[in-house]
Amino acid sequence: MTNSTAISARDICLTFQTNDGPVHALKDVSLDIAPGEFVSFIGPSGCGKTTFLRVIADLEKPTSGSITVNGQDPETARKSRAYGYVFQHAGLFPWRSIAQNIKLPLEIMGYSKEEQEERSQAVLKLVDLEGFGGKFPWQLSGGMQQRASIARALSFDADILLMDEPFGALDEIVRDHLNEQLLALWRRTQKTIGFVTHSIPEAVYLSTKIVVMSPRPGRITDVIDSTLPAERPLEIRDTPEFIALSHRVRQGLRGGHDDLEL
Amino acid sequence: MMLFVLAVALWAALFALNLWLARPGAPSWAGVAVPILFGVALLVLWEATVRGFNVPRILLPAPSSIVATIFSSLPILFADFMQTVVKGALTGYLMGCSAALGVAILVDQVSFLRRGLLPIGNFVAALPIIGLAPILVMWFGFDWQSKAAVVVVMVFFPMLVNTVEGLMDTDKMQRDLIRTYGSSYWQGLIKLRFPAALPFIFNGLKIASTLALIGAIVAEFFGSPIMGMGFRISTAVGQLNLELVWSEILVAALVGTGSYGLLSLVEKRLTFWHPSQRGSS
Repeated sequence: MTNSTAISARDICLTFQTNDGPVHALKDVSLDIAPGEFVSFIGPSGCGKTTFLRVIADLEKPTSGSITVNGQDPETARKSRAYGYVFQHAGLFPWRSIAQNIKLPLEIMGYSKEEQEERSQAVLKLVDLEGFGGKFPWQLSGGMQQRASIARALSFDADILLMDEPFGALDEIVRDHLNEQLLALWRRTQKTIGFVTHSIPEAVYLSTKIVVMSPRPGRITDVIDSTLPAERPLEIRDTPEFIALSHRVRQGLRGGHDDLEL
Repeated sequence: MMLFVLAVALWAALFALNLWLARPGAPSWAGVAVPILFGVALLVLWEATVRGFNVPRILLPAPSSIVATIFSSLPILFADFMQTVVKGALTGYLMGCSAALGVAILVDQVSFLRRGLLPIGNFVAALPIIGLAPILVMWFGFDWQSKAAVVVVMVFFPMLVNTVEGLMDTDKMQRDLIRTYGSSYWQGLIKLRFPAALPFIFNGLKIASTLALIGAIVAEFFGSPIMGMGFRISTAVGQLNLELVWSEILVAALVGTGSYGLLSLVEKRLTFWHPSQRGSS
């Protein structure tokens, strides 16, 4: 693929028709994401961050505007398995063991038995779950389940990883640990990551680019390029640079709300 | 009278033993022993009451004479079992349940069918079997085919409703997940929705197994060749051969319990992951 953007959105609008009238989930959203970037979407509930991720994934159709994923329209991209999607909840199938869950996309995509085995072992290692392949989801903690679901999204080695508040339901200690692991994984695999969160420290810690969004109608209010180095120990969160970035994100979020009150 | 007093004494003794066995912290074999002892006590009491008070065998035959009848009429019981259970109930059960599974998949794809067929299904399921059976006997003749037809009608809709409900029992996130893999309708059905529906399907299968037996026996009351459990029950009552009636009832009870138990066993194997099964293992 020779195109220089992984995801390119132009003037995306999306309106849901509800019983209480139309809801403008997205309005005039334009954004370019380069290959290998780690982009966080942050904003209060209803700002359209999840909806935008779902538009990229072809789980929602925009009302107007254009979007390309890997240079293709989202539907073609989805059908050519351009991305892995990690949902808010692990959503592992309880009738399948962890290894079988990870093989699920591979089975659907028609990989050979040997390759399924090989890849599931490799991604289990990647998320530090070696030896847990034979367990069933309900035998694992929430954090381990979410790691397994990340492994599932990684198993078919798509260039893009879309994550919708994957650590939202986990406690802070587990979350810190998983954030660290995710960064390491991103550096190793050089994937393009779209990451929805409503935690400012999480967004600043992880991203190369932070997209601040605000609600009613859902729109982008600020795009911040991170000045943090690629190598990020957890302690980086105490540096002045990190605090300054957090401050700017917080300003952006507040700005969105001020608009609302006018 | 002496017999009866002895029986009551034995029953009381067994009752005390059972209370002791069922105490908290009892060994695991007590779980099997308690119902067996309970049944034995009941049989002893039954036998002694009938003998001690000279109850006419027309009203209530003694268990011992029922057992004697079972052993002397094994060929008859076996022929009736083949006719009613294997040919009538089992054939109808397999046909009805597999047809319901197939139609459920069709209903799942065509929303018009879901809105149109399910209300009719509920209506047909509410039809009294007593009214329907004579008509089906007229249509399909006296032999097992009409009994199978009655069974098909009885099991089809409970099975259909359960399966359709089960196929819809996936959450949006799971369906979205499958969609992100670019899966086809059939892949989604086989990998996600069918396994998710299994607890519902087994529920339907268990309900249908009870209905099938009732249907096959009752349908024989409205015409049958000179064998079958329903035929035997209705004619044996006429001949005042109550021991034979009780024997048939016992066979029916064994078949019903056995098939239900077998289905539960298979269910446990296949839906071990479901919270309702996880707790009990």
